[in-house]
Amino acid sequence: MSRVRPVDGIHDLGGMQGFGAVGHTPAEPAFHRPWEGRARALMEVVLGAVRPNGGEFRHAIERMAPGHYLTSSYYEHWLTAAATLAVEHGLITRADLEARAGGAFPLSGPVLAPPVTGPGADVSVPRFGVGDQVRVREWHPPGHTRCPRYIRGKTGMVVRLDGSYPVPDVEAHGAGRRREPTYSVRFGAAELWADGQRGVSVHVDLWDSYLEPA
Amino acid sequence: MTEGADHPAAMSPVEHRVAALEALLTERGLIPEGFIEETVHRYESEIGPMNGARVVARAWADPRYRERLLADATAAIAELGFGGAEGHHMVVVENTPAVHNVIVCTLCSCYPWPTLGLPPAWYKDPPYRARMVREPRVLLAEMGCELPEDTEIRVWDSSAEVRYLVLPQRPAGTEGMTEAELAGLVTRDSMIGVARL
Repeated sequence: MSRVRPVDGIHDLGGMQGFGAVGHTPAEPAFHRPWEGRARALMEVVLGAVRPNGGEFRHAIERMAPGHYLTSSYYEHWLTAAATLAVEHGLITRADLEARAGGAFPLSGPVLAPPVTGPGADVSVPRFGVGDQVRVREWHPPGHTRCPRYIRGKTGMVVRLDGSYPVPDVEAHGAGRRREPTYSVRFGAAELWADGQRGVSVHVDLWDSYLEPA
Repeated sequence: MTEGADHPAAMSPVEHRVAALEALLTERGLIPEGFIEETVHRYESEIGPMNGARVVARAWADPRYRERLLADATAAIAELGFGGAEGHHMVVVENTPAVHNVIVCTLCSCYPWPTLGLPPAWYKDPPYRARMVREPRVLLAEMGCELPEDTEIRVWDSSAEVRYLVLPQRPAGTEGMTEAELAGLVTRDSMIGVARL
C-alpha cells in the first residue's frame, strides 16, 4: 500500500520526457486485432448499461495503475475502464471476471476524490473575452479534471469562446452538474517550457473556474 | 461458452479478459444480437479519414464553403452528412504558408471521429501526447514534416469539448482537378497536422 496519495494521474502526459520516438504509421486499420473491436463494442455495452456521469468513464481510465496504463494500448484502457465501471455499478463482480478469464483481471484503482454534493451555481456570463490575459489556477485536484498539469500557474491569452458545458471535475464525482463557459487559451511555448522556443504556441481548452485574471 | 477447451493457449491474457467480460455481459442479457459485429463494422467502414478528405476537398473547391467551414465547422461538416459522437462541436484550423496547425490530446484520446474515424494507435500512445506540446517543431520533423524556421506552429490540445480538424493547404498544380480527385490527395496525417501535402 502506497502511503503517498496519488494525485495528478499518469494519463496527464503533456510535456513529460523520455518516451522516445512516436511509432508513427501512415495508415492503419481501426482495429489491428479482433479483440480490439470487441473491446470497443463491450465498452459501449457497459456505458449503455451503467450510464455513468460525464467524465466518470474517463476517470476510470485515469485510475488505472500507472505501470499498466503506460504499458497497455488504448483498447486495453477502454476494456479496463469498462470492466471497472461494470464492477463498481454492480453488474458483475471481479471474482466473476477472474474466474472466466482464468487469471488476473486488473481493474482501475478506487476513486480518491470525495463525492461532490453541492455542484454550485451555473456560470452563465463568461468572465473573460477574446484577447484577455488569464492565469491557470495552480492546484492539484484529487479527482477528475480536464486541466492539464503542464499549464497550471501559466499565463496565456483567450483566443476563442466555445460556449458553456458541464464542468467535468463536478459531474465525474456526483449527480449534480455545474455549467461554465469554456475558452481556448493560447500559451507561448517559451512561457510553458522556458526553453527559448520561438514561433510556437500551444492552445488548451479550459473551463471558466480553471482560470483567474492575469 | 466453455472456457479453456475452445480457446487455444495462443490466446493472450487480454484476449481472455475480453472473452470473460463478453461472456458475463452476454449472460446478463446486455448484448443485443449482432451488436458487437455491427459496432465493429461501423468503425471499420462508415467513419474514417475519407470523410474528412471530402470536407477538405469541398473547402478547396468552393471558397464560400471554406468560409462557412472556418466560421462554423460543425454546421459546414453536417452539410456533407457527417456528425455525431466526438463531432458535436468542431473547429477547423487552417494552414497557410505562414502558419502550421497540429492537433493532440495530452489527457486521453480526443479526436474527431465523424471526419477522421478512430484515432491511430500512435496518436493515443505516450510519446506523441507527451512531446507534441513540448517540442512540436522537433517532433514534426522527426515524423517527416520539416517546416521552415519561420513557419509559426500552433498546437491545439483537445482538452474540453471541441474537436479539431486541420485544413491543409491545397497543393500546387491541382487547379484542374475535380473535387473527388482533390479528396484523393488528402491524407489523415495532413488533417491531424503531422504532414503537409
